Amino acid sequence: MKPAPFVHHSPRALDEAVAVLAEVGHDGKVLAGGQSLIPVLNMRLAQPAHLVDINRVAGLDTVTVTDTHVRVGAIVRHAQLEKHDEAYAVLPLLRQALRNVAHPAIRNRGTTVGSIAHADAAGEMPSVAVVTDAVIEAVGPRGRREIAAGEFFEGPLQTVLEADELVEAVRFGRLAPGTRTTFVESARRHGDYALAGLGLAVDVEGAGADAVVRSARASYVSVTDIPVVVDLTDAVAGQPVSSPDWSAVEDLVQAAIAPEADIHASSDYRRALAAELTRRALTSLTTETIESTGGAA
Amino acid sequence: MTDLDQTAPATVDVTLRVNGVEHTRTVEPRRLLSDFLRHDLRLTGTHVGCEHGVCGACTVLVDGDPMRSCLMFAVSAQEHEITTVEGLGTQDSMGPVQQAFVECHGLQCGFCTPGFVTTITAFIAENPDPTIDEAREAVSGNLCRCTGYQNICKAVVRAAEITRERADEDGAR
Amino acid sequence: MTTRQFGSPVLRKEDPRLVTGNGRYLDDLGHTAYEVAFVRSPHAHARIVDIDVDGALEVDGVVAVFTHEDLDGPAADRLPLLIPHPSIVAGRTGHALAKEDVNHVGEAVVMVVARDRYLAEDAAQRIVVTYEPLRPVVGIATSRDGDDLVHDDAPGNVAAHLLQEVGNVEVAMATAPHTLTLDLEIERSACMPMEGKGVLAHWDSDEQRMRIHSSTQTSTGVRAAVAAKLQLPLAQVECIAPDVGGGFGVKIMHPWPEEVLIPWAARRLDHDVKWTEDRREHFTSSAHERGQLQQVTVGFDDDGRLLALDVRFWHDNGAYLPYGVIVPIITATQLLGPYKPQNYRVEFWSLYTNTVLVTPYRGAGRPQGCFAMERTMDAIAAELGLDRTEVRSRNFIQPEEMPYDQGLLFQDGRPLKYDSGDFPASLAKLKALVGWDDFTAYREQAEAEGRKVGLGIGCYVEGTGVGPYEGGHVHVETSGRVNVATGLTTQGQGHQTILAQIVADELGVSIEDVYVTTGDTRRMPYAVGTFASRGAVMSGNAVALAARAVRAKALRIAADALEVSEADLQIEEGTISVKGAPHASIALSTVAVMSNPLRYAFDESAKAATQFAGAFDPDKPPVADEDEPGLEGKDFYSPTQATFANGMHAAIVETDPVTAEIRILRYCVIHDCGTVVNPMIVEGQVHGGVAQGVGGALYERMAYDETGQLLNASFMDFLIPYASEVPHIETDHLETPSPLNPLGIKGAGEAGTIPVSAVIASAIEDAEGFPIRSMPISPTELWDLRRQHARTNQETA
Repeated sequence: MKPAPFVHHSPRALDEAVAVLAEVGHDGKVLAGGQSLIPVLNMRLAQPAHLVDINRVAGLDTVTVTDTHVRVGAIVRHAQLEKHDEAYAVLPLLRQALRNVAHPAIRNRGTTVGSIAHADAAGEMPSVAVVTDAVIEAVGPRGRREIAAGEFFEGPLQTVLEADELVEAVRFGRLAPGTRTTFVESARRHGDYALAGLGLAVDVEGAGADAVVRSARASYVSVTDIPVVVDLTDAVAGQPVSSPDWSAVEDLVQAAIAPEADIHASSDYRRALAAELTRRALTSLTTETIESTGGAA
Repeated sequence: MTDLDQTAPATVDVTLRVNGVEHTRTVEPRRLLSDFLRHDLRLTGTHVGCEHGVCGACTVLVDGDPMRSCLMFAVSAQEHEITTVEGLGTQDSMGPVQQAFVECHGLQCGFCTPGFVTTITAFIAENPDPTIDEAREAVSGNLCRCTGYQNICKAVVRAAEITRERADEDGAR
Repeated sequence: MTTRQFGSPVLRKEDPRLVTGNGRYLDDLGHTAYEVAFVRSPHAHARIVDIDVDGALEVDGVVAVFTHEDLDGPAADRLPLLIPHPSIVAGRTGHALAKEDVNHVGEAVVMVVARDRYLAEDAAQRIVVTYEPLRPVVGIATSRDGDDLVHDDAPGNVAAHLLQEVGNVEVAMATAPHTLTLDLEIERSACMPMEGKGVLAHWDSDEQRMRIHSSTQTSTGVRAAVAAKLQLPLAQVECIAPDVGGGFGVKIMHPWPEEVLIPWAARRLDHDVKWTEDRREHFTSSAHERGQLQQVTVGFDDDGRLLALDVRFWHDNGAYLPYGVIVPIITATQLLGPYKPQNYRVEFWSLYTNTVLVTPYRGAGRPQGCFAMERTMDAIAAELGLDRTEVRSRNFIQPEEMPYDQGLLFQDGRPLKYDSGDFPASLAKLKALVGWDDFTAYREQAEAEGRKVGLGIGCYVEGTGVGPYEGGHVHVETSGRVNVATGLTTQGQGHQTILAQIVADELGVSIEDVYVTTGDTRRMPYAVGTFASRGAVMSGNAVALAARAVRAKALRIAADALEVSEADLQIEEGTISVKGAPHASIALSTVAVMSNPLRYAFDESAKAATQFAGAFDPDKPPVADEDEPGLEGKDFYSPTQATFANGMHAAIVETDPVTAEIRILRYCVIHDCGTVVNPMIVEGQVHGGVAQGVGGALYERMAYDETGQLLNASFMDFLIPYASEVPHIETDHLETPSPLNPLGIKGAGEAGTIPVSAVIASAIEDAEGFPIRSMPISPTELWDLRRQHARTNQETA
């Protein structure tokens, strides 16, 4: 299990990286954290002739928090973002999701942007991208373009990104003040790709015993081809937080997803699991207040 | 399929700082960090159990953070400080995690052990007084086929204790 | 007073080396060796039409490419059928490199030797093998149907067929007040040591000697196999097992194709050659185990006492049968566990499939047997509405019935005769540990909280320490260093520590002075290997006997020198002294000098010895006829039969009422392995065994599709438990010493694994209220079972 030979490019500046990638095009691959790519290379399931290693490109390793978003550079490691207190304060869903990404040693090297560009429907961060209405900042020989996360994913491991484009950063949108979020998943083993999971954002109006749910949006992992947002509002709006009835949620979720069966779980099971996880996530979000309100801080 | 001739293996000089010592070797860019450490530097304490990042036997510290050396190219590890199990103690002067593994019977065949030792060393640096549950969580990214993990979890807690004991001794001096 | 080492939790001697990165595993050796990669079959079943290696030869750094055509002499012949048995009706083995056909995905077809592994893989990728695919036979049911054949000359895909019967099952069954039939299934798993296999060969063309390092559980076996396959005198071949990163059975199989090919290539190329198995290769070209379909029919009385037990099972042995029928024989015999069936008939068919071959994996057929018996016990209890432990109790062999002969032939061809054990005492301890009698209250409380919990139990007996023999060699150097050698190999069991403990006690020396070597044919050429939980039993007793011989010789020499009777001497901390007169003493190191009439004064011991030189008899030779120079001794331990360890496990599981996720809340173990040499190490063995059992019960399986492709040949998808999946394990011990060996030891290595699937199935069944007949079980399967039972209940209602 050794990778096939490749030419290694190690640009120091973004324009240099873009130029190299433009040159090698379809024979090239961008190497950021490599935690998904290198296993594939080691198994020789992919044999790109060129690797454009962007780990030394200046300016891609920063997390920036603004009034509207959290901008994550292309070589920001999962762990770096997970531990970023300012990002957590305004968008807790990032940390909530990142804690489910593989294991710490993988998060120390793997990049959040890389996992989105990799577009694995079992990945947590593509799901977070869509539920936060993230914007993908792509750059290529034809210049920069911004792609809404909802339009970025085309299929399993497929995006609208051209072979000569790379993702410079992803801007995760901040949620409305008061939005409560959580990320839950069920995996066979701790740290494995989930059998099903979701990121959930819930708006609650009112306070204390009078609080009711205003809206809820979820985005799923491992039960859809591409990460999509499922608007749960119709099933949950108006539910009192003190004694909610989530029975309408199950049908809505089950209709919105189309899980594939694999050796770990049947399609029906994943569908039921996703619905149950949704119910549990709703319950935990509406009954817990600790750690779940973002945006306002 | 890739035309191998077109990409005839050009070699590059790779300079790594490992356990505080700088080494330069001429290797192909595809050389995995694990192979570079093991076969070019002959630091064979870092073991290779799966080469797809799941088992954790090859875990080394990169600037103090645990990473899979089988999922990194040596060429990408330049300009970082690498620490392997050999850098964490010697037989005559074991590091706290190594000492704890011996005391708690935290290993049997020993193949996975270096990856646990590096991982736990970094964990304890950030969590000086972990509970057994935190210890279990901390080692849950490394596979061991021999021990059933019971004594490894104990060793994490014990290693933290030894670290504190040694710090106290140093402070007393 | 010397502290007794035997029975103490002595810290392991091997650890300081291993925790600091100073272990030397196979791939840590041979940095300048050529490296090998294989082209392996992508088909489960195919004829090889053509092999085109031209592309590979163009790769810079490639040294040689070999196919079966290049092999010569016995190396080109089929690999040996290691353990023949009368039940084998069609014993088929493969070639080191496939000759005309391939019978499983992963079978080696072409060997590429190159400057390093990267280049070898580059070249392997350029080799074009043309295959004519044949219909694959995958799965036991398909194989049993026999419509397609794995081997044309093995009709019905039957490799072996065996029937054993004690009493008269037909008559007893016909008259039994109750009968039940259970159809059961266990899927494949595998040993999956963290270090795969590996071989390094060094050919010394000047001396015409072959030195092999192999990550093996039997260096003597590999040595003999290579000598035969390469037509070398045994004396010119040596084999060393370096540090081995886990075995669990897969490395007792030998010779693996690579163990023949790597030495063969080293001689042919006159250069060191190394092969380090990667994880993907390990999944598709090393061995698996466990897959069986079973049918149990049981007859019993109103009290749940067994009257007749009729078992038929179909064992998947994979594509070839190099290791014979050890695994199904063990299933057939060890199935009985601690029970007396009165009348027992067992019949098995060992079947070929186009999948990776099957050889022992920790437990070696016992987990399947235990599963069958324990599911049966639970079924009887359910049928009669009795407590599950009560049914078991009523069928136990009682302590006063020991030794108890089950009337069958065991894996070693010797009678299945239990030597010792106290099953009622073990059960009592287990019930106390898990709180068996309090569980009803616990369940009610959980139910009130909307939780589903269940309690399960499993009992087993394990034949351990099978022969034929192991040897021990103990040598005291003039420095006082004590060298101990035994031929069996070690893969983490702590042999260097426990054997040192035994020798330190027997010889009266400090454990720090004892150095143990295992698995090196240069030091101990006669040995069998590490399997069947035999390390401590066999080598432990062998080194004890050898140490006793050394002690006797040392006392004789010292008695002579000190002019006292041997009976008046004692040895403590390496010094022989006269009891009650400690000043009259002589160091063991000095005795070592005196034992060898060559008296150059190399060191202080030799100088010290000269004072004892005394007068000699000019009519006698310096070394007496019946004596040998040197303070060393060698002996072999060879038992008449296996010694039987036993244990009982219980678990409490919780199953999620909606998602069917399964969590083990408590796991309790009672274990009896006779006299314990090192409780810390035994405990560790139990922990590791249980963890592997949990893997086999809830996580691990080999997912073959119908074409024979292994769909989960990676650690991503073959789910070895992490620490997060293994419960806290509670243990308690019972010691009923084996009467069969001098130290009273029974084996401990495999025990923890054996009953786990049975226990977890029992607990899930208890939680769910419907039978669990197939293991492993995952949440998706349990969820499906619930739906099936809900449907069935609706239909019946």
